[in-house]
Amino acid sequence: MKLQVNGTVHELDIEPEMPLLWALRDELNIKGPKFGCGAGLCGACTVIIDGQATRSCQTAVGDVRSNIRTIDGLGKPDALHRVQQAWLDEQVVQCGYCQAGQIMNAVALLEANPTPSDKDIDEAMSGNLCRCGTYPRIRAAIKRAAAGQQTGA
Amino acid sequence: MASIGKIARRTFLVGAAAVAGGVAFGYYKYRQPLENPLKKDLANGEATLNPYIKIASDNRITVIVPRAEMGQGAFTTLAALVAEELDVTLDQIVIEHGPAAPAYYNDAALREGAPFPAFDHSMVAETVRNAMGVVGKFLALQMTGGSSSLADGYEKMRLAGATARETLKSAAAQKLGVSVGSLKTEAGKVIDAKSGRSLTYGELALDAAKIDPPSDVALKPRSQWKLLGKPQPRKDMPAKVTGQPIFGIDVQLPDMLYATVRMNPQPGGAMKSFDASEALKMRGVKKVIAIDSLYGKGFAVIADNTWRAFKAADAVKVVWADGPGHRDDAEAKKILASTIAGGGGFSLRSAGDPEKAFADAPREKLVEAEYYAPFLSHATMEPMNATARLKDGVLDVWSPNQAPSVIKIIGARLTKLADEKINVHTTFLGGGFGRRIEPDFSDYAIRVAMETEGRPVKVTWTREEDMSHGPYRPAALAKYRARIGNDGLPVAIHGSVASPSVMAGMVGRIMPGLPTAGPDNLILDGTYNQPYTIPNYRIDGYKAPLTTPVASWRSVGNSFNAFMNESFMDELAHAGKIDPLEFRRKLMVDYPTAIAILDKLKTLSDWGKPIDQTRAQGIAFTLSFGTWVGEVVQVKDENGSIRVEKVWIVADPGMVLDPLNFKAQMMSGAIYGLSAAIGQQISFADGAPQQSNFSDYDAMRMNQCPDIVIEILENSGHLGGAGEPATPPVMAALANAIFALNGKRIRSMPLNGEVSFV
Ligand code: FES
Ligand code: FES
Repeated sequence: MKLQVNGTVHELDIEPEMPLLWALRDELNIKGPKFGCGAGLCGACTVIIDGQATRSCQTAVGDVRSNIRTIDGLGKPDALHRVQQAWLDEQVVQCGYCQAGQIMNAVALLEANPTPSDKDIDEAMSGNLCRCGTYPRIRAAIKRAAAGQQTGA
Repeated sequence: MASIGKIARRTFLVGAAAVAGGVAFGYYKYRQPLENPLKKDLANGEATLNPYIKIASDNRITVIVPRAEMGQGAFTTLAALVAEELDVTLDQIVIEHGPAAPAYYNDAALREGAPFPAFDHSMVAETVRNAMGVVGKFLALQMTGGSSSLADGYEKMRLAGATARETLKSAAAQKLGVSVGSLKTEAGKVIDAKSGRSLTYGELALDAAKIDPPSDVALKPRSQWKLLGKPQPRKDMPAKVTGQPIFGIDVQLPDMLYATVRMNPQPGGAMKSFDASEALKMRGVKKVIAIDSLYGKGFAVIADNTWRAFKAADAVKVVWADGPGHRDDAEAKKILASTIAGGGGFSLRSAGDPEKAFADAPREKLVEAEYYAPFLSHATMEPMNATARLKDGVLDVWSPNQAPSVIKIIGARLTKLADEKINVHTTFLGGGFGRRIEPDFSDYAIRVAMETEGRPVKVTWTREEDMSHGPYRPAALAKYRARIGNDGLPVAIHGSVASPSVMAGMVGRIMPGLPTAGPDNLILDGTYNQPYTIPNYRIDGYKAPLTTPVASWRSVGNSFNAFMNESFMDELAHAGKIDPLEFRRKLMVDYPTAIAILDKLKTLSDWGKPIDQTRAQGIAFTLSFGTWVGEVVQVKDENGSIRVEKVWIVADPGMVLDPLNFKAQMMSGAIYGLSAAIGQQISFADGAPQQSNFSDYDAMRMNQCPDIVIEILENSGHLGGAGEPATPPVMAALANAIFALNGKRIRSMPLNGEVSFV
């Protein structure tokens, strides 16, 4: 089976029903997507497929045809994606465990809707749990990233 | 930030390079210096000046922060304590958790005076003193908890930086042939002002390590601080926004196996039998083993992929025995109530004679109420996990944990290896909240590693396993009684609180030999030690014989006592026809720190000003972990559902070392408390917990999150904690706001038992 992740094609010999999350984490050593609930309830495992924020724990690896974007391919500490930079500017993160999922979800939101309202943010982000309670700063960071996107700053 | 692999290699590999000139020196004021554990793992050209500092000749400066970074920002703030005195910028340093070693024991709770210099006769100091009498030895472990990291590190980490700086200056003085007095330090260099010559710390470190450190150094006055007291960008953040593999669950080692555990969901219950024949036929499954641990009985499936282990565990047929504990919530409540009724409690606050005051009170002056709080799961975002390897007589454990020295104790117990053959690597933690002080997940990983012939194995729990197994925040029941005086203020209060003992539970799990018979202050934390002055005042605690394992949960006893005590204070204010904020002002008139908080809260929240019919506010106050916190919650009725609209927090931790991070902790603590108050409980049926995932144990989400306004005051005169103190009052403030909104007094948590929330 072939799997394209962040532009790179990998060859895998695994059960097609294996959740994408575990194919990424345990078979390909791509550790950005996190295991939080395994049931589509927390968003820690979020990746982007065809522009859609997707719960990789609820996606069978055999069903994926398109390129999978994970946080591992988004930006590096010395070349951050705009959304990651906004996260730093707002000092969002606490334990950080939910944040890969939060950021991927926010990236998908901003790509589809460059000027999200508070309600849009609520709707897009409420599937992503944060036990450290970073929501106010996540909201601020999404707005900051959106503003930067507008002005090109 | 390096990945786990790199951190592990650089920091922990035993016997890598020779100690290059690494003569560590004694630590400030310790006659018998504790051994510097960094000495044995130095790289070539690297020197260690004390257990907190390594400096390499290429100017790489490593600061050890021996407290778990679990989201609270300890990494950055504690490292800033060292950096401030060492005269380096935060950009110049790398921060590591370091090994488990006696040099890093948390002695905040053992040093009586230091964290409370200006507060000697205060309740806070007294609380600590009392706690010490019972559990001093236990608290001395290398633990991250009790919001104690800053109080513990405040002096010793600054001293570590300062003595190292002075030693580097001595080395420079010898090299340059000048007197130490003519030298100054700045951004990792020693500079001779006169000649303009300078030497980097890297150039001096090996020589400095041979010099005896000064026996006494002066710490910088606060006015000269460059880092402390100002917001610092968190050093762990770049790794965390780029998805780096830094958590326990991300550990990846060559030849590693993947496993999961399934333990009897009935606490203390045995495993009668299990049949793994189906599981063993499944792809990738290597072994299924029984686990018979102090912490649980069940089995582990070892496979070549975590999901395959999960699936195979589902295929194991297992027969559980019943546990010894309560069967359902009704039974738990009955046990709690009968514990109080049976008498024999302990009193931690006793003034006047409340019973006498009640005896002749007219009926309409008596107020009575009973409160209940359920068991709670910590539900850290990262499920429990740990990785272990037992190879060539050495045990390595990679664990996202809050107590590495405890893992060493457990590891030695299981493998019979000597202490120096056990290495504990503390990874980043995907949330802790007290859960990761517990040894169970590391214990299971070590047991599994004893069955894998030297191969490392990562043991990951499913969310369902995590949620349905404690140790939990204990359930608690309290009865309060008061007599209102003619001025509307209480003349007498008697509170009785029953709860299973967290301290006895933790000590029993970690150091089974220690006695735990005495009173457990934690049962009364948040009610006996509040700065309210009431002439007849008695608070009694009862250790309830519920056998479900219970643990520290963000703010421990405060997490239920503040709800109960502060709800009762609200009931008394209403009974006495006094505004709840003014009521507290009158009862705390002797404490200017509290009064300043109430004044600030009043202005910020426009307290007492009429809002519209659909909105109302509630207030609560709690002094916990040395930090004084008042909170106002504003709720709004949205078509019959309650929205938590706004929260105002005014906190006084005495001194703030990083205001931005302190505010993050306040925000986090409040949201954590609101999540619990609104809808969380671990309920029991047939002896087992009923909740299994975020479907039936949810937490606050983005669309429910209120606006949170935070103000910091610095009047109290002592350094308080940050991670926990915002959690306790928010639950009562919410319940009190709901009463103000619709007259419904909810005395049992979670509140969604009686009202619905958006
Ligand atoms: S792990 Fe996929 S939604 Fe929680
Ligand atoms: S930052 Fe810890 S769960 Fe979100």
